[in-house]
Order: sequence, then structure tokens, then C-alpha cells
Amino acid sequence: MRLFGIYIIGLIFGLGISISGMSNPAKVLNFFDIAGTWDPSLAFVMGGALGVTFFGYRVILKRSAPMFDTVFRLPARTDIDLPLVGGSAIFGIGWGIAGFCPGGALPALGTGRSEVLIFVAALLVGIAIAKFLPRAFNTTAPA
Amino acid sequence: MQTIIETAFTPFQALGGGALIGLASVLLMAGYGRILGATGIMAGVLHPTSKADWTWRVAILLGMMTGPLVFWMFSGAMPAIQVPISTPMMIIGGILVGIGVTFGSGCTSGHGVCGLARLSSRSLVATLTFMATGVATVFIIRHILGA
Repeated sequence: MRLFGIYIIGLIFGLGISISGMSNPAKVLNFFDIAGTWDPSLAFVMGGALGVTFFGYRVILKRSAPMFDTVFRLPARTDIDLPLVGGSAIFGIGWGIAGFCPGGALPALGTGRSEVLIFVAALLVGIAIAKFLPRAFNTTAPA
Repeated sequence: MQTIIETAFTPFQALGGGALIGLASVLLMAGYGRILGATGIMAGVLHPTSKADWTWRVAILLGMMTGPLVFWMFSGAMPAIQVPISTPMMIIGGILVGIGVTFGSGCTSGHGVCGLARLSSRSLVATLTFMATGVATVFIIRHILGA
């Protein structure tokens, strides 16, 4: 029952991504192309998602615990460090090349399209590289 | 490197789809106390801390993948996926996204939606950074290198 609830939440997310156009690389790349074939739609996706989440979180996080778990697991870090900025910069470059972000591509796996499979496979390779690199240099691995 | 495929401005689908993304983020926090970040959920599938930690992540990913099928049931077509780039570029882009979101601790859903909704300064810096480099990358590819 608990897992079914989580499955439905994933379904709502995947349906939202499908309707919004976030899983369409042409649309995403046109959003970035301010000087060319600009399509501002994705600003409305972000606006809609952020508006609902902002007010929803305000209500929910006043409670002492979530309904089916014991604690709210919220990130506690507030420091701005190089991995955050550098990693986000690299993510944006990859997003600007491929047109897929993880949240856009994972639901799109359900379409069975080979381009999505290729992107997600490459994404997993990238994650594996990022987990391995710091270990190779004997430093702290990113979380 | 990129073909130009023009897309129509679709503000209502964008707002409606965005609101559903927000609803899912709110429900996951309300029910289970978790941030709905695609990066974090996926990374946890690869490196689970326990069996229960693994199963909820697989459940939400399966739900996400069902989204396009429900879209198809209502609209009669799968969501449009138009790919204006070559396979090698898709692979390079995917690897960069994977490296970036891992070091940056999140992507559009985790930082751009959930993090900004919490007024997290880390998420604000991350979101401004990846939006800026996304715009810069497309500008360089399409207008300097000449698509």
C-alpha cells in the first residue's frame, strides 16, 4: 500500500512531465535559444511547479512528521562550494547539448524511444564516473 | 551539431504539467518526507542503503515511466520527443549531465523545484548556474559554431 502510493506520486510526476514538454529535447533546446527560435514554455513549467511546491511545502512542513514516515528528510547544507557550482555548470552544458535533464528523461523511458534509452545509459555512465573520480584522487565522493 | 526544430509556445500545457510536477513534489513530502529529485532518486537506486530504501525508489521510477502511457490513453499519442541532435552528441550530453548532477547534488526537479520552494541558497545558486550554462551552450552551438 505504501509503495502503491509512491508509485502514484511517480505517475503524477511522469504525467506532468509528459504534458509539460520537458521530455521533448527540441522544446527544451528552444527554451535555451533566446537569440533564435525561442520557446518560453518551460518558464511556465518551472513557474507552475514552483508555485504549487512553494505553497504546498509551507503547509506541510508545519507538521511534525510526514503521514507515512517518521521524519522529513531535508538537506541541511547551506555552503556554496566548488562541486555545487562546477557540477551545476557541467549539468547545464550537458543539458544544452542533449536537451534532456534527468527528470525529463526518466519518465520518457516509458515511451520506449531509443534516444531516451541512449541518454539514460550515458547519464548512468556519467554518474558512475563522478562517483569514481574522487575515489581515484582519494578525496571525498559526492553524495 | 543541432538541427533547428521550431516548437510552438504552449503556456497552458506548460503550466498544467508544471502544476502536476509540483503536486507530486508536495505529495512525496507530505506522505513520505522526501525531496522529489530525479537525480537523488536515481542515484539511490544504484547505491541503495537498505532494501526498503531501494524499493520506494524503484516504485516511484516505475510510476514516472507510466506517465507517458497515461498521457497516451487520454490523448491518443505518446508525448512528443523531437531530437535535433546526433547520437554521439546525445551520449556526450548524457555523460556531462550525469557528472554534473552528481557533483552538483541535484538537477531541475531537486534544485529547481523542491530546493527553490524551500528557499535554499544552494539550490538558487545551482539553478541559476545550470540555466546560464544551458543558455550559453545552445548559443555557442547554434549561433557561434553555426548549428
